[in-house]
Amino acid sequence: MSAPLGTRPGPVAATGAVVTGQLSRARAARGPLLFVATLQSIGILLLLRGVVDQSSDATARQVVAGATVLVVAFVALNLLAQRFGLLRSTGGLDYYAALPVSPAAVVLGTAASYAAFTLPGAALTAVVGCLLYGLPLGHLWLLLLVLPLAGAALAGAGATLGLLPRRPELATTAGQLGMSAVLFLGIIPAQRMPGWLAALRGLVPSTWASDALAGGLAAQPAWGRVTAELAGCAVTAVVALGLATWAFGRAVRR
Amino acid sequence: MGGSSTSAATAAPDARIAVPAVVVTGLRRSHRSRRGEVLANDGIDLTVGQGEVFGLLGPNGAGKSTLVRQLVGVLRPDAGQVTLLGHDITATPAAAARLVAYLAQDETALHELPVGVAIETTGRLRGLSRRAAGAARDGLLEELDLTAVATRPLSTLSGGQRRLAQVATALVGERPLLVLDEPTTGLDPVARRAVWDALARRRATATVLLVTHNVLEAETVLDRVAVLDRGRVIASDTPGRLKAGLGDDVRLDLVWRGEPPAGDPTVEALRADAVVSGRRWSLRMPPEQARAAFGQLTSGPAFAALDDFTLATPSLEDVYLALGGRDSDLEHG
Repeated sequence: MSAPLGTRPGPVAATGAVVTGQLSRARAARGPLLFVATLQSIGILLLLRGVVDQSSDATARQVVAGATVLVVAFVALNLLAQRFGLLRSTGGLDYYAALPVSPAAVVLGTAASYAAFTLPGAALTAVVGCLLYGLPLGHLWLLLLVLPLAGAALAGAGATLGLLPRRPELATTAGQLGMSAVLFLGIIPAQRMPGWLAALRGLVPSTWASDALAGGLAAQPAWGRVTAELAGCAVTAVVALGLATWAFGRAVRR
Repeated sequence: MGGSSTSAATAAPDARIAVPAVVVTGLRRSHRSRRGEVLANDGIDLTVGQGEVFGLLGPNGAGKSTLVRQLVGVLRPDAGQVTLLGHDITATPAAAARLVAYLAQDETALHELPVGVAIETTGRLRGLSRRAAGAARDGLLEELDLTAVATRPLSTLSGGQRRLAQVATALVGERPLLVLDEPTTGLDPVARRAVWDALARRRATATVLLVTHNVLEAETVLDRVAVLDRGRVIASDTPGRLKAGLGDDVRLDLVWRGEPPAGDPTVEALRADAVVSGRRWSLRMPPEQARAAFGQLTSGPAFAALDDFTLATPSLEDVYLALGGRDSDLEHG
């Protein structure tokens, strides 16, 4: 004989509850960080404006798209890696492990709340970039697709990097290395890189998003290619979130 | 909890299934550390009946937290079995989360959340609807006198208030088994009493397993207590029976101002049997002998060197020491 099991939330309710909790937690703490992230990207735009070849439309588009996605990376990858690293090292994962919710709900909910926070800053960066580099603003609606997909992919990567190492310093370092990869591989146009480095771009979740956005910023976008790159981003998002869920399960059941 | 948020899943007392709340058999768990393998739990057997307030008492490092983390399914045993309300948790750890509300020693996941949100979110993660979680939150804020700090993040509260808020998150969602790891550590006496009262109000619907290293707490609220030392249960019974097992001995505590006076025959006789911790001497002896020693000390020259002295019936700390426990860091107040 055994007693009946208690209630548990469905997957949607569980994810929603994690998102609500995380958003209220973030309101005070993450505002200044988002400001820094946005300022950093706009700074890069200003800096590169004096350096890059203004006559190259492709380069300008890549720089604007890369800087936009970098805002998402700063929060979703870097800060989320730190967050999960800290939770793991302080025993905070036990809180979730002792509740009837799946690792996927915790990872998705936390990732969604971190990514959601970056949207205003990323949109602002894109608009400022288009104005600075004289790119058309008409296709910026594409951000509505690019930013959530980039957010999901980068948050998945950030959560994985935060959950795998035993020590929180390693998680922080991994998050910052990931940020550097997003910065260099996303902003520098592929044709200016050595072949082996260009080949690595496909492994970094955000390059698919920044390539899609760069394509969409053209006066006459090649929509077929943009769609394919968005699909690539979606695939990396699924893989990254899957990895993060696995890493969470591995970190909590010891 | 204000009565208004009783969830449908909570069984009425008379509907309880006749199984123990907790059965632990042969539980063994080691940790790897720099010094090699450390056996944190070494063959633990325990049974806790439904409706009991059961305690785990022991000094830091005795293996209490390792034990409860296995009970709630977040740590896997190396060997042995845990059954909660008839469910084998060793085989299906996920079932534990639907039976137990667990309060860890420090709930870092909640630190930056406002108190009200922390309670409500935890309720929703235990399966309460948004509405039921909101009602439960309001009830708990009132019950634990946290309404005034409901919108403040836990990290901005004093240690005691933060712990109280964490206790509130453990009580939301009404699970039939509450596993609380040092719920009252850092609380002032009023807040501690509030937690004890909150637990008492749940006796009809819940079993409580409480980790403590506070002797007063153990003697005040526990129906039964298991004394842990170095990963093993060295005794398990009601606090009263454990103390009765010591016989008629009483405890004499002496606190010296500085060095105890040398050459005083009473002091020298006591020195041989005393458990010394700093300036404090602790002795167990038959009542007549204690009365005589007490009389000689308070009427002789040693009296001037004494800062404080007490003659008391034995406490659970004496039980712990008599059973071979190491000189303890158990708390008294």
